[in-house]
Amino acid sequence: MYAMFILVGASLLVAIGFLVAFFWAVRSGQFEDTYTPSVRVLFEDTIDDKHENSEKEIDIMEK
Amino acid sequence: MPKVDSDIKTACYHCGLDCPADAPVLEEKRFCCTGCKAVYQLLHENNLTTYYKSDSAPGIRPQTDTHTNRFAYLDDAAIQRKLLEFSDNNIGRITLQIPQIHCASCIWLLENLFRLHSGVIHSEVNFLRKELSVVFNQENLTLRQLVELLASLGYEPTIHLESLEKKTVDETSRRLYLQIAVAGFAFANIMLFSFPEYFALESLIGSDFARFFGYFNLLLAIPVLLYSSRDYFSSAITGLRHGMVNIDVPIALGMIVLFSRSVYEILSGIGMGYMDSFSGLVFFLLLGKLFQKKTYSSLSFDRNYKSYFPISVIRRQNDTEEPIPITNLQVGDHIVIRNRELVPADAVIKNGTGFIDYSFVTGESTPQQKEAGDLVYAGGRQVGAAVEMEVVKEVSQSYLTRLWNQHVFTTDKQPRITNLANTVSKYFTAAVLTIAFAAAVYWLPKSTATAVNAITAVLIIACPCALALSSPFTLGTAQRLLGKYRFFLKNSPTVEQLAGIDTIVFDKTGTLTRPDVTTVYYEGTPLTDYEKQLVISLVSQSVHPLSRIIEKEYGNQSDKKLPVSSFQEKIGQGISGIIDNHHVRIGQADWVGLSEKTKEENATSTASVVYVAIDTNVRGYYHIDNSYRPDLEIVLQQLAKHHKLVLLSGDNDNSRAFFTKLFGPKAELHFEQSPFDKLSYVKDLQSKGHRVMMIGDGLNDAGALKQADVGVSIAEDTGAFSPACDGILDAKSFTFLPRFMRLAKLSVAVIIVSFGISFLYNIVGISFAVSGNLSPVISAILMPLSSISVVLFATLATTVSARNAGLP
Repeated sequence: MYAMFILVGASLLVAIGFLVAFFWAVRSGQFEDTYTPSVRVLFEDTIDDKHENSEKEIDIMEK
Repeated sequence: MPKVDSDIKTACYHCGLDCPADAPVLEEKRFCCTGCKAVYQLLHENNLTTYYKSDSAPGIRPQTDTHTNRFAYLDDAAIQRKLLEFSDNNIGRITLQIPQIHCASCIWLLENLFRLHSGVIHSEVNFLRKELSVVFNQENLTLRQLVELLASLGYEPTIHLESLEKKTVDETSRRLYLQIAVAGFAFANIMLFSFPEYFALESLIGSDFARFFGYFNLLLAIPVLLYSSRDYFSSAITGLRHGMVNIDVPIALGMIVLFSRSVYEILSGIGMGYMDSFSGLVFFLLLGKLFQKKTYSSLSFDRNYKSYFPISVIRRQNDTEEPIPITNLQVGDHIVIRNRELVPADAVIKNGTGFIDYSFVTGESTPQQKEAGDLVYAGGRQVGAAVEMEVVKEVSQSYLTRLWNQHVFTTDKQPRITNLANTVSKYFTAAVLTIAFAAAVYWLPKSTATAVNAITAVLIIACPCALALSSPFTLGTAQRLLGKYRFFLKNSPTVEQLAGIDTIVFDKTGTLTRPDVTTVYYEGTPLTDYEKQLVISLVSQSVHPLSRIIEKEYGNQSDKKLPVSSFQEKIGQGISGIIDNHHVRIGQADWVGLSEKTKEENATSTASVVYVAIDTNVRGYYHIDNSYRPDLEIVLQQLAKHHKLVLLSGDNDNSRAFFTKLFGPKAELHFEQSPFDKLSYVKDLQSKGHRVMMIGDGLNDAGALKQADVGVSIAEDTGAFSPACDGILDAKSFTFLPRFMRLAKLSVAVIIVSFGISFLYNIVGISFAVSGNLSPVISAILMPLSSISVVLFATLATTVSARNAGLP
């Protein structure tokens, strides 16, 4: 029966993991705009070197 | 002139508008104008024609009648500093309002800006807010070039005085999500750990487990108390400080008692406590709050003149023109106002003829003609050639903008109609405390433990969870239903305010009349086709607004103009000329040689009357009038049954008789009201105990809208213009106004009934509680049951009420 302590702890850890993920999602602004991403996802990807560069620059900027 | 064959109409490949016969053609694609063609070419050269794939003709016709240096002010370092959200030496970020964003293609193009210009690093659209945020390299793309690039594509951003003020990110809605997450997380896990307790499995798993789960529950409940329920405690404390027992006081009291008793039970090993009820209570309450927080992200309810005024204006000094920020504008400066530009400060015309469109201010869209020496008030828009003016008042001290210095704009609006939940909670709290005290007095001589049990149980079970949920869900549902009929309220408590209204004040122009529609009819001896031709030929010589309206009325015959000689125009009188040997005069009665008296027959209407005389013969007159909103009479009649009606108009009173008939004998009609008069009139009504709703549309109503208990701004296009208000009503839904008022009243009735239901639950619960044996199971069942049933009732009953009010 004492395995239950471990199981309860494990289940709680998983739940906390989801809670943390939700916190991160809200903090990073994913709930600010709930419409545009649904349109954006349908655009065809065009392979473009310039764009990849730009993503890197944003990463640098955010740091 | 070649005759346009109107039968063959093709839609522009870029913007979808009809193409004229001589339309530019490129690769078998037809365009309505060279502007559209240029945009297509630009996109084509950059392999961006995907733009045309997801929607057909998604483009916006770029404005061509604009000036090359109208964005010159964006080179100003001070303005740049204020507009940019982030800037270091080479990277800048800005968020721009682009109202033209309307489809998936727009998103696609604007997010692929980097392919048009290497200076754009990243761009992202927020479709609902119609915003574009751009990260760009300032070394090879200046802010001005960026805005010009957007403008050349037809996506010209609106940059107003308000854009200079730093926006604050709305942190509260983010926090609410997080609070709900924490409460929901704790609620679900505590329920899970409480299963052994619910089903009395303790004997099966042993008391070690029970203790272990109890401590776990306590651990999980702490963040709920400290984080999720924080706002209820702070609201209760603020309420008490102001000597007010609001609905949050009994809730906070119940929470505290619930939590402390649970802590005591868990630590002393008596039982498992009520942590499941506690976290569930907080979870449900927060959900109610979320439901109530319905906002319309594309609408703005707190605009002032700064949202409409430009950032800069062209100043002329010693024959040089330079753009300067309007905040630096001083009395005596000479400014140049060009076509479609707004006059930013009260000014006197020095050069040129002004045709000032005051539709922002008064709702009247027919431009007024102003000559050199005339005073033009801030807020007017010039239509036509550029004029030079001399500033006579600073921007913030101008006639209109002075309104925003009034007291009502500098303080927050306090709702005068007290909200029902708070009123009830005062008595409710008193009753609960009395019962708890009585139970204590009864039990104390017998057993102290039972007495403490009884007091805490009463306070726990009486926690007005269901009571607190009925208002948000009823009002939230009502707000959503009203939104469906294009009456957008700033927040859901406004519904309750709406229900308490007893006086409705209307503005006239733009509110009861439709700003863009005029009705023209001709009365008198019918004109022959030849005579019509004479009239068209004469009015086409004049730029007077009434001339324009008459010419538009004969739009399909306007290509048959005859040459006019000895043309004469006298301001405020009329026009005349010799056409084909006929002396044609059009204008005021005395201009055509009539005495003033014959005009009286038209005195009851708001119309302008334009007489026509050919040679010496007065043929008749054109009756040019604003169009009233459809069903105006019925709407006013229905509203008059339950409300006192008032009309406050900025115009003269020659339409008084007309409106007296429309508003009924009891209504008050006031004319020639300045924006300040309107404000003080509403204030005056309020001091007499009336609860006032103001319905207006222009900036001149802004004061009254703000002062009124409910200020409603009526808008032809809800995305466009509306001064600060509590609700925006789409003009097309004006006929529904009486039904909206009825729904608001019914909603309040629903709240009262659901209060009754939650009281019933409380009586059942308290009867358990006073006897001193409230088991956690009963509490765990009763609490969600009461909440969910009240929520269901409130939502369903409001929907049914809407059907009864005629809003299915």
